[in-house]
Amino acid sequence: MRSNAFWRSGEHTSIPRRAPKTVPDGSARRSAARLARNAVLRLALAVEAYFRLLLRVSRACLSRPFYGGDLVQQMDTIGVASIFIVMLTGLFTGMVLALQSAVEMERFGATVYIGRVVGASTIRELGPVLTALIVTGRAGAGMAAALGAMRVTEQVDALRTMGVDPIRKLVVPRLLAALVMLPVVTIIADAVAILGGLLVAVLTLDSTAQLYINSVWATLAQSGFVLTVVPIDLIQGLVKPFAFGGIIALTSCFHGLRAEGGTEGVGRATTRAVVTSSILILAVDYFLTQILLVMFQW
Amino acid sequence: MSDRTPAGAPEPGSEAFEAELRDEIRRELQTHEGGAGQPNIVELRDVWLSFGARDVLRGVSLGVSRGGTLCILGGSGVGKSTILRLMLRLLLPDHGEVLIEGRDISAVSRPEALALRVRMGMVFQGSALFDSLNVFDNVAFPLYEHTKLGDDEIRERVEEVLSFVDLDPTVVLPLLPSALSGGMRKRVAIARAIVHRPPILLFDEPTSGLDPITTRTIDELILKLRRELHVCVVVVTHDVRSASRIATETALLRDGEIIFSGTPEEMHATEDRYVRAFSG
Repeated sequence: MRSNAFWRSGEHTSIPRRAPKTVPDGSARRSAARLARNAVLRLALAVEAYFRLLLRVSRACLSRPFYGGDLVQQMDTIGVASIFIVMLTGLFTGMVLALQSAVEMERFGATVYIGRVVGASTIRELGPVLTALIVTGRAGAGMAAALGAMRVTEQVDALRTMGVDPIRKLVVPRLLAALVMLPVVTIIADAVAILGGLLVAVLTLDSTAQLYINSVWATLAQSGFVLTVVPIDLIQGLVKPFAFGGIIALTSCFHGLRAEGGTEGVGRATTRAVVTSSILILAVDYFLTQILLVMFQW
Repeated sequence: MSDRTPAGAPEPGSEAFEAELRDEIRRELQTHEGGAGQPNIVELRDVWLSFGARDVLRGVSLGVSRGGTLCILGGSGVGKSTILRLMLRLLLPDHGEVLIEGRDISAVSRPEALALRVRMGMVFQGSALFDSLNVFDNVAFPLYEHTKLGDDEIRERVEEVLSFVDLDPTVVLPLLPSALSGGMRKRVAIARAIVHRPPILLFDEPTSGLDPITTRTIDELILKLRRELHVCVVVVTHDVRSASRIATETALLRDGEIIFSGTPEEMHATEDRYVRAFSG
């Protein structure tokens, strides 16, 4: 305890009332912790909202009203309009796969197996994943931007004021269209990739078309068949795009419907939709592969 | 179909223009069917709403009867549009009642709320026309959603409401919203709001961003809606001149509270300094 004389002397005024800013007092650490906590909270709330949207969409898919016209229009936008770019992607992927594998296989005189490499890697992995990433960039970004623009210009509110559920009108047709069209465009991409590999094999590697096709078929047959005619590899190649289609549509609609802050907000929502969809596609691909490997015991 | 002044109408700003306005207001007040004694079609009772720590509405109470036009006035960001969003249940209040035709829309089930929403037509500040649909599909949208009318009947009804809002159906029907001027967009939005004949119309800043001539056209349209369709109109605006023309009741919102309510004449005659400053 200081004496009263000390206080009366005025000496106390020279004592700094707070520590200088240069001295670490833990406040920076505390604010960093607060920021981290808020970020985690925001992420948790976003994940909750995402699954709530999934639940609402699932319910809406199973009841009326159903917007068939919108579904057809979205199948055109997501699937048909993506075919050309997906074919280009498939073609060059197949060609480069054949080239790269030829470099290694020529050392062992095993270029007859190029078809196996191209076929297996395309149908199981590259076809579904690359197609999904391309569709994300093309149709997913479009979905997020369209819904984001509708949201910031109050068109979504206008739907609600007219007694129309935006989930049914906007999200359900996009989700169903993506679920149907992703496997379709993936099959097209796979076929074109295998064709691209064939072109390289025949034109630059002195292989024959028959040899290449036999090699592709051999790898499909090796994994076995479901219902005696459907190769298991193809099942895997179709389960994945189905899941990826759901991810693309749901994630894009989720971010689009949460857009706020004018045109800049629409841009942010579009970027988030593409980034989140791409990461989810790659992550889910790994886990789906694990599950499918266990299921079919490769 | 254009935004020009009708042939023979006096120029805005002229004495004849102002005299006609005053006459029109007087006529409207004389023919006003609502007012004291009539039950309120739209009513807010002690409504509180906050966003986070910020109180947006603090005990707001107001109402409007059939055939009446309530103008909610206030500066930017005071929560005027929030009131419309509460009426449509796009937001839920923290406390209080939002009565639409006597039923609390914030407390009823979702299907009941949807049914009450259909009893209202909303004209948004930016018109909120669907970009991907042409004028016909925009205006016909509520009919396709909520009625079982045939295509011919729908077309007839769409043309009828477009004519009502002084647009030429043969010209505008195939146009996309992006091809329309601001005033035309607003009129198409009004046509869409009235096409299913709701008894309540809500307007969010109907004259914001429009030139004085188009503003007057929209005001006349709102007066015509009340006069010919006998609807109850709620308008949110910061345009006092426009409110003076169209309102039978005004309410001034400040800091989340209604600080004045009464007729436009009472608003202009009040001694309250803020109200006088706001009403010019």
